[in-house]
Amino acid sequence: MTRLLITGARVIDATTGRDDHGSIAIADGRFVSTRDFTPDRTIDAAGAVAIPGLVDLAARLGEPGHEHAGLLESELAAAVAGGVTSLVCPPDTDPVLDEPGLVEMLKFRAQNLHLARLYPLGALTRGLKGEALTEMAELTEAGCIGFGQADVAVRDTLVLHRALMYAATFGYAVWLRPNDAWLGIGVAAKGPLATRMGLAGVPVLAETIALATIFELVKDTGARVHLCRLSSAAGIELVRRAKAEGLPVTCDVSIHSLHLIDVDMGYFDSAMRLVPPLRQSRDRDAIRAALADGTIDALVSDHVPVAEDAKQLPFAEAEPGATGLELLLGAALKWGQEAKLGLPQTLAAVTSRPAAVLAASSPASAPNIGGLGEGAPADLCLFAPGELWRVEAAALRSRSHLTPFAGHEMPGRVRCTIVAGNVAFESAPG
Amino acid sequence: MFARRNPQLNQHDELIHLLSIEGLPPAVLTHILDTAGTFLSVNERDVKKVPLLRGKSVFNLFFENSTRTRTTFEIAAKRLSADVINLDIARSSTAKGESLLDTIANLSAMHADMFVVRHGESGAPYLIAKHCAPHVHVVNAGDGRHSHPTQGLLDMYTIRHYKKDFRNLTVAIVGDIVHSRVARSDIHALTTLGAPEIRAVGPKTLVPSDLKEMGVRVCHSMEEGIRGADVIIMLRLQNERMSGAMLPSAGEYFKTFGLSPEKLALAAPDAIVLHPGPINRGVEIDSAVVDGKQSVILPQVTFGIAVRMAVMSIIAGNAP
Repeated sequence: MTRLLITGARVIDATTGRDDHGSIAIADGRFVSTRDFTPDRTIDAAGAVAIPGLVDLAARLGEPGHEHAGLLESELAAAVAGGVTSLVCPPDTDPVLDEPGLVEMLKFRAQNLHLARLYPLGALTRGLKGEALTEMAELTEAGCIGFGQADVAVRDTLVLHRALMYAATFGYAVWLRPNDAWLGIGVAAKGPLATRMGLAGVPVLAETIALATIFELVKDTGARVHLCRLSSAAGIELVRRAKAEGLPVTCDVSIHSLHLIDVDMGYFDSAMRLVPPLRQSRDRDAIRAALADGTIDALVSDHVPVAEDAKQLPFAEAEPGATGLELLLGAALKWGQEAKLGLPQTLAAVTSRPAAVLAASSPASAPNIGGLGEGAPADLCLFAPGELWRVEAAALRSRSHLTPFAGHEMPGRVRCTIVAGNVAFESAPG
Repeated sequence: MFARRNPQLNQHDELIHLLSIEGLPPAVLTHILDTAGTFLSVNERDVKKVPLLRGKSVFNLFFENSTRTRTTFEIAAKRLSADVINLDIARSSTAKGESLLDTIANLSAMHADMFVVRHGESGAPYLIAKHCAPHVHVVNAGDGRHSHPTQGLLDMYTIRHYKKDFRNLTVAIVGDIVHSRVARSDIHALTTLGAPEIRAVGPKTLVPSDLKEMGVRVCHSMEEGIRGADVIIMLRLQNERMSGAMLPSAGEYFKTFGLSPEKLALAAPDAIVLHPGPINRGVEIDSAVVDGKQSVILPQVTFGIAVRMAVMSIIAGNAP
């Protein structure tokens, strides 16, 4: 294994509060002391920023089941190209991740690619049908770091109550997207724009009613819940209150909700067909403020590889989702610049804070990622902060090239991504 | 975000597609109405043809069934001397899994000059206009709940015929507005042409308050909505509304929001009554009103052919 020395970088590590210029030494897959260190390879990182590898709490990989849209190889390669060294994938694969053998196979294949680390979420109910519980202990042993329902709401509150109760028995975390099963049906955000455009709208009520239900169940069962893809100001307010009450809840938001609003749909552009739907500017403002003050714990790419012909359809029929792994860092930096936050605070939203959610979700297998401390697994992203790059569909490594950010300029070009001490990605010089 | 050019207009602001009334300048609308007036006389002649679209192929692509609208487009195209091809999409390759854009590409390879499209999903004609060859023109014959621009235009033609000036009219649109592409097109046209008071009338389940952002006054009672109106546009009530828990019954709907002679009496004495058809007698409108002297429902149909001739001849004459 190569002994690596990275020199001259600005090193930012939110777990220790480190923000200085220095060197980083890596040996045997871990960060080690730079004292008396003899490297096999030295990377000159002058002008670049070194941070822990990004932790993306929501990325779908296409496999198993949607290989026409994405493959493990392509999507995990996209991840490291974007500086993402760890990612959580939801259980709505085909077949659903409710069998330990399937989870083991997925983890095994991902490990052998030596790209980003994969932390799968197991299904909370068999087949995601919302009826019978999955073998959560077996699935955890196979490698699941929590349990969820992806975008499929559990309609039966009795089942949801018991699922949370069972998960709480073992301290397993449940990852839920707050969306009422009936009110949550629609293709755009309910409001004047959806009305004008004649699109079925999802009201904010779908999110707030689901959140209220979840918080009551959390209070009753003591289950830890991570809320996925908040989309509204009203929803964020409920989360704020729940956290103030001391409930064991965390939440995330997607890069799309952070930057875009309903009007960006233009003339029914299906690249904007997303779940959750893009809401209004007051919701975006609330999301931006909440990510800054920590009410929202993490920013996620919400990467969903979608085949091109699934988008070449009228808006309501187009498959929702967008490629995002390669845009997570840029989206975070862009937000940080616009919100006038320093790099440390900005980057915490995609490094230490999601790592903390992951660790809280799976304490037994606490991955100990998200930091650059000595002894920690050597997952690192080196990027040039001042470099702007244009999002060009053809240049993306993901098999899916569809993103609402096509043509946008993003700050921060990834120079090098290291996972477990191996250089998993290196950009061409110049 | 990027400025988006209205895809219906070329760089000289001339109409090359008709996808929606929204975003069209008043001059464009007025030009269509004026042109329609010249075609009315054609429709009254013995030989009801002008050669304006001779040699052009107009393809009617109806993904949603509609014999009446398709027929009026066919009549209009034939009176312009175009060759009309009707595509029965339900029985065609789409049912075999062919994608919308593949269907368009295949038809374009057959050298279509114009597509008249009706589709069940809002926005479908924009996708088609984006992907068809530059010289091909697209006319939206209705897309989901979003827009039915030729209906909006013929409603405006009808109103202008009887009332002359939009700028002192009170117009009430009554019924299932949230699901109505006709209502949206009428609202855009009326606001563009300067109607000062437009009322959207119906129960809260069918007339959401955020409609006011389109420039209308939302009314939840007929008494408030109809009072003093110069023009009443009645919309058809679909059966799906009862099964979707939006309304309890057709009977109660008729009682509360149907246009009866008594309710009509609340309007201006010379108010006209429009309806895009097909009419559900006794559900949204009383037979006595349909057959009464204030109804202009049949003239709407006549004007509709002239308006569609105008739209097709105008867009066919403009380069992309």
